[in-house]
Amino acid sequence: MTSTPEPGGPTTPADTTRRTDQAAAPAAPAAPAMPTASGPDAVLDRATFDRVLEPRSENRLPLGDGTWHQLARAYVWVRLISLAAMLIVVLVAATLVATFGDTAWIWIPGGLVAFVLAWAAAITPRQARSFGYQLRRDDLVFRRGILWQRMVAVPYGRMQLVDITHGPLDRAFGIAQLKLVTAAASTGVAIPGLTQDAAERLRDTLIDVAETRRTGL
Amino acid sequence: MTDPIPPFAPPPDAAVRAPLPGARSPLSDGEWHRMHPLTPLFRGGLALVVVAGIVISNLRERIVDFFLRAAVPDVPDYGDPGDPIDFVLRHNLVLLALLAVLVVVLVLIGLFYLAWRFHSFRITGDDVEVRHGVLFRSHRRSPLDRVQGVNLTRPMLARLCGMAKLEVVGAGSDANVKLEYLSTSNAEAVRADILRLASGRRLAEAQARDAAHGGSRVAAAASVVTDALTGLVLGAEQPVAEPASVVEIPLVRLVLSRVFSGRLIVLVVLIAAAVAGSIVGTPWILFTIVPMVLAFGAVFVRSITKALRYAIAPTPDGVRITYGLFTTVTEILPPGRIHAVEVNQPLIWRPAGWWAVRVNRMTGKSTSSNESDQFAEVLPVGDRRDVERVLRLLMPGMPEDQWPLVFEHGILGPAASDPYTNTPKRAWIVRPLSWRRNGFLLTPAALFLRRGVIWRSLGIFPLARLQSVGVRQGPVSRMLRVAHAHAHTITGRVSGELGGVDRDAAVRLFADAEAAAVAAGATDQSHRWAGEVVDVAEPPLPAASEHRHDDRESAQGDSGPEQRVFRDDALAGDASRGDASADGASRDGAGSGGIP
Repeated sequence: MTSTPEPGGPTTPADTTRRTDQAAAPAAPAAPAMPTASGPDAVLDRATFDRVLEPRSENRLPLGDGTWHQLARAYVWVRLISLAAMLIVVLVAATLVATFGDTAWIWIPGGLVAFVLAWAAAITPRQARSFGYQLRRDDLVFRRGILWQRMVAVPYGRMQLVDITHGPLDRAFGIAQLKLVTAAASTGVAIPGLTQDAAERLRDTLIDVAETRRTGL
Repeated sequence: MTDPIPPFAPPPDAAVRAPLPGARSPLSDGEWHRMHPLTPLFRGGLALVVVAGIVISNLRERIVDFFLRAAVPDVPDYGDPGDPIDFVLRHNLVLLALLAVLVVVLVLIGLFYLAWRFHSFRITGDDVEVRHGVLFRSHRRSPLDRVQGVNLTRPMLARLCGMAKLEVVGAGSDANVKLEYLSTSNAEAVRADILRLASGRRLAEAQARDAAHGGSRVAAAASVVTDALTGLVLGAEQPVAEPASVVEIPLVRLVLSRVFSGRLIVLVVLIAAAVAGSIVGTPWILFTIVPMVLAFGAVFVRSITKALRYAIAPTPDGVRITYGLFTTVTEILPPGRIHAVEVNQPLIWRPAGWWAVRVNRMTGKSTSSNESDQFAEVLPVGDRRDVERVLRLLMPGMPEDQWPLVFEHGILGPAASDPYTNTPKRAWIVRPLSWRRNGFLLTPAALFLRRGVIWRSLGIFPLARLQSVGVRQGPVSRMLRVAHAHAHTITGRVSGELGGVDRDAAVRLFADAEAAAVAAGATDQSHRWAGEVVDVAEPPLPAASEHRHDDRESAQGDSGPEQRVFRDDALAGDASRGDASADGASRDGAGSGGIP
């Protein structure tokens, strides 16, 4: 474990009543308050979506049991604003080049990029609802995507570090991205758009549980 | 040469450090030791030799002239007015010039000496440390319970001088600790010590050695001189003789397998392109064949010399693999350091029935390092029996009744009553050729992925090493009600991806593999693969403190808790030195070693 945060993350009374993983932790000095699969959590589920969006086809990867925690609704706005900013930059740059450089063909790549950005913006509200994560007894399950569904399960003991990042726009909306790193590069679990409280709480819980379930590489 | 040296910091309380577990050679007694004195020569001094060589070759005519003149006095003058030596001779500056050369040489020797003085290593009960550098000091410490392997490299020149470099492989990018260079026997001793300490197995050896040596440092030091003898007498755990290889690759097979590889196809295609180009275009294109063949020939020769003298053998501390004709590399992979194994067969090898085995494991090299990862291929070529032997070495924990799953069903399959879950018929379009064969099998110990019908391969993923499990599904897969399963392991040449798995089977695999991986990870103890000792000594018993005094007087360690006390002493010694790179997280790792 390369990152060990200071103890004492936000703990609500609701959490302490919900400990079920004591037996599995052999030598835990102070068992972490752990939101388990047993139900929703006050901090993690504040201002989030309430239903995971799935593909319509019956052949999809099923949701399964357990409570899915989701992204904060503010994440959609952050995505839309940054995409709109990029779109404006591309359009302005293309207009300038086309006017002063007298090169009309700049609209071909410019238009392509603008179309991709607009498309990304159009699917953002749906895409954001497809993210979900579950804190089970021994592992974290993460899912994302509608057209391209992806599900990953990471045992707590395999986590090498937990990374929280937030840019200026994220901070303005009070959200953060949490990234989970294992020894395998292909694990690729990054949960964008958690509220900052949820991100910090999730990080602290994950580090705590990882300590008690620690395995080698 | 490698006597214990007074370290740069004054040695801490000698009484604390004096009682040491006896199971070590004097090189790993927890003191700082220097490298072999010839180290600077191999590390940077070779450049100097090259410079000297250039100078001498440039002076060749002058030397010839000198001897010629001695024999035949009236040879016409060798004359180049700008020649610096003539200038020196003409102005009677010989003494000054010689003095200058002498000063330069002395300064260089001084610098080399300084570099050597400041380059030292230390092996304590928990870490291996190296520090070097005069102006820019560097100090690297690596915890022993995270050792991923130990490599012994002997480049051609160093081998002629009886030297070797030792590399302790860590997990991570550029995480290796290099001890270069040591004399070969010292390197072997240090490697055995590191592996023994890392394994956590010290009890029996400590007793055996202490009984033989009386436990004193003098006796231990003397043992180096008679190392081979004591090794023979005591039946040392690291045999002096190399353990016999379980696989012999006949030279012919090796050469043929290297020639008939994927490269040959590339070469043939290139030659065909050149011929076609010469027919439709200018015939001069034909001449590009010559450099092409030469380049490929060089690659062939190099790949053959690298794979020559291949040997793989079991040792108490893991699998030992040796390679190389000129530069000999020996790697020891301790148990539980292999993250994935793949048996595969290029199309061209099929008539001969040859297979190759490759693994994913930590190399500790930085990703930008251009050294090729030769040891990913643990068996360069072998027939079925060889493959089976190698796999048994790599996966010692596999139950006997599961071996048919590997060969009959896995590598050669599908056979009758196929235990693998294969791609359903409706989804043949995503694996048009191999859908009958493309499948997986989950056992309590490992996940098997069987892939490919032209390039047949079988991937084996020990669940205790699995980092995470994934499934994904794109629109086409969804139409066919299939999905991709993905076993995530550390980066390497074995991929854990399997497409075209039935949706329900994939979801079940996702749940089962994850649960099995968690269970396997919880019971895995391979970071101290022989270490019951730490378990025994886990609680710091009050009785242990009494033993401590006894031990200081008698300097004899003979039971688990006392070993533990020694370790604590070593830790205290470390702390008092205040090493800058002491790593709290790694310490935790050592402390929690016994938790099942």
